[in-house]
Amino acid sequence: MRHPAISPVLTIAFAVCATWIAGTLHAFEIEDHARFGDPGAAREIRIISTADITFFEPMIAAFLSANPEVTVDYTVASSTELSGAVTNAANQFDVVISSAMDLQTKLANDGRAMRHQSDVTEMLPDWAVWNDMLFAFTQEPATIILSKTALGALPVPQSRHDLINLLRQHPDRFRGKVGTYDIRQSGLGYLFATQDTRASETYWRLTEVMGRLGARLYCCSSEMIDAVKSGELLIAYNVLGSYAANRSDRDEFAIVLPTDFTTVMLRTAMIPENAPAPDLAAAFVDHLLQMAHGPQARPLTHTDINLTQLGTALNRIRIGPGLLVFLDQLKRRAFLAEWENAIEQN
Amino acid sequence: MSGPFIKGSIRRRLLLSLLAGAAVLTVIVYLVMQSVARQVAEESQDNVLTASALSILDSARSAGGLVHVDLPYAALSMLDSVTDERVFYAIRLGEEFLSGYADLPAAEGSRPTAPAFRSTTFLGEEVRIATVRRSVSTDLGQKWLTVSVAQTLAGKKRTLARFNRTSLGIGAGFFLVSVLLSAVISRSATQPLHRLTASVSRRGPTDLRPVAAPVPSEMAPLVSSLNSLMARLRTSLSRSEDFIAEAAHRVRTPLAIVRTKAEVALRRSGDDATRAALREMIHAIDDSSRTAGQLLDHAMVTFRLDTLLREKIDLAQLTRDSIKRLHPLSDMKEIDIAAGRMDSVTVQGDAILLQNALQNVFDNAVKYTPNGARVTVDVSATARGARIDIRDTGPGFPATEMARITERFQRGENAEGVVGSGLGLTIVREVVEAHGGQMTLSNNPGGGACVTLQFPQS
Ligand SMILES: Nc1ncnc2c1ncn2[C@@H]1O[C@H](COP(=O)(O)OP(=O)(O)OP(=O)(O)O)[C@@H](O)[C@H]1O
Ligand SMILES: [Mg+2]
Repeated sequence: MRHPAISPVLTIAFAVCATWIAGTLHAFEIEDHARFGDPGAAREIRIISTADITFFEPMIAAFLSANPEVTVDYTVASSTELSGAVTNAANQFDVVISSAMDLQTKLANDGRAMRHQSDVTEMLPDWAVWNDMLFAFTQEPATIILSKTALGALPVPQSRHDLINLLRQHPDRFRGKVGTYDIRQSGLGYLFATQDTRASETYWRLTEVMGRLGARLYCCSSEMIDAVKSGELLIAYNVLGSYAANRSDRDEFAIVLPTDFTTVMLRTAMIPENAPAPDLAAAFVDHLLQMAHGPQARPLTHTDINLTQLGTALNRIRIGPGLLVFLDQLKRRAFLAEWENAIEQN
Repeated sequence: MSGPFIKGSIRRRLLLSLLAGAAVLTVIVYLVMQSVARQVAEESQDNVLTASALSILDSARSAGGLVHVDLPYAALSMLDSVTDERVFYAIRLGEEFLSGYADLPAAEGSRPTAPAFRSTTFLGEEVRIATVRRSVSTDLGQKWLTVSVAQTLAGKKRTLARFNRTSLGIGAGFFLVSVLLSAVISRSATQPLHRLTASVSRRGPTDLRPVAAPVPSEMAPLVSSLNSLMARLRTSLSRSEDFIAEAAHRVRTPLAIVRTKAEVALRRSGDDATRAALREMIHAIDDSSRTAGQLLDHAMVTFRLDTLLREKIDLAQLTRDSIKRLHPLSDMKEIDIAAGRMDSVTVQGDAILLQNALQNVFDNAVKYTPNGARVTVDVSATARGARIDIRDTGPGFPATEMARITERFQRGENAEGVVGSGLGLTIVREVVEAHGGQMTLSNNPGGGACVTLQFPQS
């Protein structure tokens, strides 16, 4: 690792489980919270994020080594809670980081983001910045996860088409053993599903096939990976590849980037318009972008996931008002109804 | 001569008015381009917004008395395709808000079915709103389904900024071209003036002919008054020349008679005092008749210069003839006039005048040098034409008087006791200059005078 681990003296990490409502925070549900750096530091930067502390720690460590006079306050929340928290002006954060591109876009579109321009943002590729408000610093593909052992001699499906054929040819083998997001619960699952339908009709056929096989529905990628590992599932569809690749038991399952098209989610950062320390926020965002896009960029996800090999199959979700369409309540209701129709057939 | 009293310049005034006109035009062109650009940018933004709103409106279907709107993905994403824009929309059925941003106002048009537009501020940023309507049937009868779509102005502003740069460039280019054109125009407009000036100032000092070159109508009055002024000048000049010539002629004959009488008296008189007085008298008479003769010559020269002949003249031949004619006089003083270098070279001009000029120079060479002196004449072809050098071995020109002695009636201090009028070198200078040439006086390094006559290429 390039960055030294944060020294225990400087790190005061509160691993607060379940619900923790801070006095200063307006009621929303947080999943985790930690503080980094010198507790007596004069300045503080408050970050709210959907990413696990462990995933983000290296970033913060690098930032702190460059800015030792700062403490970092890091709060983890689900994407919906995060979006709600930022919407409420009583909550003050300096940087908002989320994987829910649609909700982030809505926050920015609604005028909750501050515009930020710097030398670093100048060098970003077009897809990585929207309106100087949203900045993408990861590219994380939706993948198919398969249990290597249970598949036996069957070939590993490389595309949705392969997957549909495989499921159709061996219905008994896969009944009750396929899983995907419950898109009613998971914002990311909903985002992946809606983007899949934009790219191809195959998604609906696949959903119907999975529905006929009694697909199991999950809230999160990590649960799907656990289920594949435990043998509860043989195949999980639309699993966040970065989560799968970052696990230490990554060799126990196959990670497939579908060759017909691979939907790629961008994790984005923004500076809320009511940020108490916008200068620190700007410095942190620049730091983040520098590490992600700069000349010495270090992929935040595992190097096994090589997006450049995808070529035209790379279906990077475009940040922009198009994402608002599926957030439209009428549209969402209609989409979920159609999805339920397809997935719940037994 | 005092210079003219100058106030202003036609060319500068013309240039300035042209430039002022060009500047005004440039500003107008710039403003027009700006307003056209604004209109075009607004129109194209409105078109995109209308297309977006209509695509939402078209996606609405009423089924079983309910209205379903299936927001097309492109409806919003197309508003963000070129530049990053914030996008807002609102869908309403009658007064009831269905979806989107509830606070987004609708634009009101004159006709309900035509797209309507408005500019306003929404959620902290300037936006342009397009609203379209369609009547749909519901449980409660016909209602208006209203779709408003709004977009921020980043793209429009960028287009305008780019256009602004372009129109600034065009404006600057336009102005630059105008400046060049103005310079050319003002120069060509004053060209006839310069031509007239040049043709008048190119003239010789005695050329008083009317201006014949064509001039533009605006200058015709000036030229005709100039011509009439010159005509008057010419008549008055020739009248006084005639008068002088007439006077000289009238004086000459009685002088000759007086001289003859004085010589007869001198021969007869035995008294020394009377003889001396008579000799002085004869000398004075010689001076006077020389003056009268030179005045006549000068008048003749002036007359011939008026319409100068332009015949080919072989300078060497002319020089030899002049030398020959001088022999009686030079032999008297035992002065040897030698033709030195004799290049065969021709000039255009009046042989009689040139002959007269040479005669005057030779006359001086003989008059102002002691007995037995030598005079050398060289005729040489030069790069720029021809020159004649007349050198003698006399005392040379008095150094302090070189500039003065070419003026009329001016004689040098060494002329005392020598018959003369002081008109000789004046005639020479006038003749040579009338031929486009130049007369230079100098003294030889080894002593003696040197007169150089230079003529341009024929
Ligand atoms: N070759 C010469 N050597 C010395 N002095 C000269 C010579 N030629 C002319 N000069 C001087 O220049 C003066 C002017 O000469 P210019 O020929 O004009 O008049 P002039 O000889 O006195 O009279 P004119 O020639 O009319 O009879 C003379 O008076 C004389 O002083
Ligand atoms: Mg003389």
